Amino acid sequence: MGFPHKPNPRETQILSRYFGDAEARTLEGWKKRGGYRALEKALGLTPEEIVNEVKESGLRGRGGAGFPTGMKWSFMKHGDGKPHYLCVNADESEPGTFKDREIMRWTPHALIEGAAIGAYAIGAETAYIYIRGEFTEPLRVMGAAVKEAYAAGLVGKNAMGTGKRIDVHVHKGAGAYICGEETALMNSLEGKRGNPRIKPPFPAVAGAFGMPTTINNVETLAAVPHILTQGPAWYKAMSHSSPKSTGSKLFSVCGNIAKPGNYEVEMGFPFKDFLYDLCGGPPPGRKFKAVIPGGSSVPIQTMEEAEATMMDYEGFIAQGSMLGSGGVIVFDDSQCMVKQIARLARFYAHESCAQCTQCREGTAWTTRILERIEAGKGTMEDLDTLLSLSKNMTGTTICVLSDSCATPIVSGINKFRDEFEAHIKGKRCPMGATAAA
Amino acid sequence: EHYEPVFVGEAERELEELLTHYPTKMAALLPALWIVQNARGWVSEEAMTEVAERLSLTPAYVKGVVTFYTMYHQHPVGKYFIQVCTTSPCGVCGAEDTVRALLDQTGCGELGATSPDGRFTVVEAECLGACGFATPIMINEEFVESVNKDNVTDILSRLP
Ligand SMILES: Cc1cc2nc3c(=O)[nH]c(=O)nc-3n(C[C@H](O)[C@H](O)[C@H](O)COP(=O)(O)O)c2cc1C
Ligand code: SF4
Ligand code: FES
Repeated sequence: MGFPHKPNPRETQILSRYFGDAEARTLEGWKKRGGYRALEKALGLTPEEIVNEVKESGLRGRGGAGFPTGMKWSFMKHGDGKPHYLCVNADESEPGTFKDREIMRWTPHALIEGAAIGAYAIGAETAYIYIRGEFTEPLRVMGAAVKEAYAAGLVGKNAMGTGKRIDVHVHKGAGAYICGEETALMNSLEGKRGNPRIKPPFPAVAGAFGMPTTINNVETLAAVPHILTQGPAWYKAMSHSSPKSTGSKLFSVCGNIAKPGNYEVEMGFPFKDFLYDLCGGPPPGRKFKAVIPGGSSVPIQTMEEAEATMMDYEGFIAQGSMLGSGGVIVFDDSQCMVKQIARLARFYAHESCAQCTQCREGTAWTTRILERIEAGKGTMEDLDTLLSLSKNMTGTTICVLSDSCATPIVSGINKFRDEFEAHIKGKRCPMGATAAA
Repeated sequence: EHYEPVFVGEAERELEELLTHYPTKMAALLPALWIVQNARGWVSEEAMTEVAERLSLTPAYVKGVVTFYTMYHQHPVGKYFIQVCTTSPCGVCGAEDTVRALLDQTGCGELGATSPDGRFTVVEAECLGACGFATPIMINEEFVESVNKDNVTDILSRLP
């Protein structure tokens, strides 16, 4: 549902069905709503059978990259004599994204159940739910739910009386966007600085504590119990454009839009209807100007592109962007794109872990140039410099934070070049905005 | 000045329980630092040394980790430490006005400064993961959504 709004009949409420329903937070309330039947079923299957169901469903990672979940799970070698780990990525810090927060606040047991199934499927006895430190309420709610699940014997050394050990621990982060990157998260979990690691080795070979590890996003795991109870065919049928994108997806919507919030739709939903019908269109008296549809790390879309998009992994790519994390950021015609792009670059400069020169220097340098242009002190050469810096920042570093900083810059200059030129030629922001917040 | 250890009684038991969650002692570092900050309001050099001893690490190592993360305070802060999101999605919904109102009404005057009465410190934060509820702020451990220049007075007046 478009929480905190009333659900729209065109939404498909699977993950969001109980958002806003406080009773669903408790174990008793969750069981009444069908909770833990999927885990019970899963523990009666072999790990391989579960992996096959998930593969068959077409579920892909909801954390940003869209990697097929069943395939990721199949990389974990059973019987290698090593402890395996599942890391649940609840670091949710990508600007524009706030869906995992709602899953954890309202349906904590959905995540515990999904994590327990995932752990069993990859041969892990321990799952760590890494939650960003700022999420104080989700941390409280998840912590209480984990306690309940232990007390009821659903997880722990004898999960649901099956003799199988599945420990689930909540781990609190301490403020750092980069810890959402999978290997940075593992370092952080280990008690280290959250620096991303050079790959290979990949986590399935040597991840957390040097052991085979799978990392999944909150929303990915929360979908798994539904796939097990209702079947892969049911899940796969929620696909209205590209057959490679299946299931329901939560989109977080923010910025200049009438009804911000979370909305759940089936893959392939028309983005135009989504923006105007579900989310109520632009604020009164305004027009939409641009959309960043998948969290701040994906290319900016013009409204022509956005309105022609079918909302799935392939659909966003076909219209010049990516689905990413599903964080939809909308800008209306009162906003200065140069200022917004400068602010996003500043975000990445602030969050760079500073291991790689191209990222450390590039994020800081592009921020300075963008803020200069925004202040009316830029030159036309600055635009070329920004594009060449962006090129050097792409595909050259340990992780893709560097690329993510370049993405809005390049797409911004390519699609809104007139706004950049107006700042340079007019020696001021034509909209009267100033970059330094 | 005499340093009172944090890890005695309940806090010590909490740490022991935490150690059972991980295959290494080092992994309890972030949680241990949280225990310190919850107890003392910030993480002093002496506390870093205490944590280091508990987890068989060096104080320099602990400091290196503390400085990586934005949420551990290395200095005492105002009674109310207020973080305001100013990243773009909140920025286009009036976060700058929220910041201005907070700075004016707390008496902090500028970002990072503590108010003359020692009650408030206001800092800018990057995306707090609640962008649909602009502008979210954090007052210590309390998360407040939809703060704007008009309801700041009301929110501040509710603080004891
Ligand atoms: C800089 C950076 C930040 C990221 N932040 C997050 C995050 O907050 N949450 C998340 O689930 N994935 C995040 N990711 C993606 C993860 O690295 C990883 O792909 C994901 O957790 C895998 O889970 P999935 O396959 O279920 O999507 C981030 C990636 C990068 C490069
Ligand atoms: S690209 Fe940036 S954030 Fe990623 S590892 Fe390198 S310096 Fe760190
Ligand atoms: S941008 Fe302000 S909470 Fe995300």
